[in-house]
Amino acid sequence: MLRYIINRLLLMIPTLLGVAVLVFLLLRMMPGDIVELKLLAEGGNVDVETLDAERARLGLDKSLWNQFVDWMVGLVTFDFGISMWTGQPVIEEISSRLELSLQVAIMATVLAILIAIPFGTLSALFKDTWIDHVIRVFAIAGLAVPSFWLGMIIILTLLLTFNWIPPLTYTPIYEDPWKNLSQLIWPAMAVGYRYSAVATRMMRSTILEVLQEDYIRTARAKGVLERLVISRHALRNAMLPVITVIGLEFAFLIGGLVVTEQVFNLNGLGKLFVETVTRGDFTMVQALVMLIAGFFIIVNFVIDLLYAVFDPRVRYR
Amino acid sequence: MNTAATATITYDLPKRRHPVLQFIVQQPLGAAGLVVIILMMIGSIFAKYVVPYDPLQLDYSAMLAAPSQEHWLGTDAFGRDVLSRIIYGARTALLVGFLASFVGSTLGAVIGVISAFFGGRVDMAIQRFMDILLAFPIIVLALAVVAVLGKFPVGGLDLNLIIAIAIPMVPKVARVVRASALAVREMPYIDAARAAGYSNMRIMFRHIVPNVTAPYLIMFTAYVAQAILLEASLSFLGLGVTEPTAAWGLMLSGSSAEFYREAPWMIIFPGLAISLAVFAFNLFGDSLRDWLDPKIKL
Repeated sequence: MLRYIINRLLLMIPTLLGVAVLVFLLLRMMPGDIVELKLLAEGGNVDVETLDAERARLGLDKSLWNQFVDWMVGLVTFDFGISMWTGQPVIEEISSRLELSLQVAIMATVLAILIAIPFGTLSALFKDTWIDHVIRVFAIAGLAVPSFWLGMIIILTLLLTFNWIPPLTYTPIYEDPWKNLSQLIWPAMAVGYRYSAVATRMMRSTILEVLQEDYIRTARAKGVLERLVISRHALRNAMLPVITVIGLEFAFLIGGLVVTEQVFNLNGLGKLFVETVTRGDFTMVQALVMLIAGFFIIVNFVIDLLYAVFDPRVRYR
Repeated sequence: MNTAATATITYDLPKRRHPVLQFIVQQPLGAAGLVVIILMMIGSIFAKYVVPYDPLQLDYSAMLAAPSQEHWLGTDAFGRDVLSRIIYGARTALLVGFLASFVGSTLGAVIGVISAFFGGRVDMAIQRFMDILLAFPIIVLALAVVAVLGKFPVGGLDLNLIIAIAIPMVPKVARVVRASALAVREMPYIDAARAAGYSNMRIMFRHIVPNVTAPYLIMFTAYVAQAILLEASLSFLGLGVTEPTAAWGLMLSGSSAEFYREAPWMIIFPGLAISLAVFAFNLFGDSLRDWLDPKIKL
């Protein structure tokens, strides 16, 4: 087991390195130049020397190889650099945004689990009855409704019925939990619907699959109560694929809230990503991408470990 | 030869329905989705004759008009008819959806077949690269490609936008098609083709590809829905389709957000259009999978 964990951890390095090379090269292929964008935006004529001096200050005059090595050395020593646009340390800008994105993602996940497990199970147990049909239509509609539009509809409903819109400025949960929740619960609902739809469908199909297994028939044949057959035998075995789906969606929510954040005017990671990509802020985009991709890779690793823990048939060497 | 002896012999063959008919009977929900898709296609092809107004026609005397007899779904901030813009928006959505899904699924399928056919190091290298692409949320990858490629409009359609929407599909299609192709590779007829001395190209494209069309078609249909959603998201952010082209995501963005109170129809209807289109493709795609190959995980 320990060897498996170490092997998997080592295998993450080439993938992360690949992500790093890819994002590094993509950024350098981008048209436009942050130095010109920044200095010319301030107006007036800027001569070539000033531009070159600024480039040198940001390290953009070095060769590609040197820039890459500098970045990698920084990464290994947990020095993510300074934003080329604001001059602030990248880590500071990211951490406040991460707090917000993480909270929305966690709330959406809780919502999805609360909906998916009971409804997915009901749908499977009452297959082809009206209960199943209602739940399936609800789930497949959840895949079709764009989260950002659902967010707009939520705002619209709040506005028209209560004449109230969620606060537009972020308050951390430890400062004022009520104010914090009254802002963040809505985006969590907007993305949570789609999320719960994905998980409900997975729950339904795995329960149906598990109910076909021999051990379920054995349990029934030896007279185990149907309630226990479902809770002890079926549910427990159906959990792993559902955990996988929930984990992967969670990983994507950290960076993938881009559009919903725009609708609710949230300063999350997604919004930061859009802003910094359009500005060409290399250090910031690189750090963000490593964070988002790294998070996804780690979640994947944890899911694999869960398989080994929960399912005795899965033994890794 | 006595031609008179050729009597007509009738066999009692089991009745075979046309596959399309079979699909409709076995998958009524999928058939319903297909009907919506076909209606949307007809509407967008003949948009010119269907729309009540020119979608680009500004009318300052009817700005933000509520739904009425003249404007069924109301008008936007420039007095443009919302219904007409939704119908033209269907054209944008379907065009981008089909093209992006075609590019993405085809590229993914080709990569998947190559990966499975050669195996070994080639397979290893390709799969690692696909793993890297999979580590990005779809929208982040699409945004990055949009930023790198910029715009490349051909006849009012941004080809780079299509590529940006197609690229995030590639690794997933490649993975599914690879799995199917691995099974096909072990078939005796592939050995036979090898023994006959056929080239690798010929074996891949004449013998393996036709046998992985089921997963390909399923992925293609499912990803049209994803492409429509992604196009709407990018257009909403102002990084996809640009004004004055009618596109659903664009209709929801920018100006319309300021009009929550005054003109809710500008928000409600384009979103319903997106949802209906994606819903139809999802229904059809799901049923197509159940019908062709239920084991494929989308």
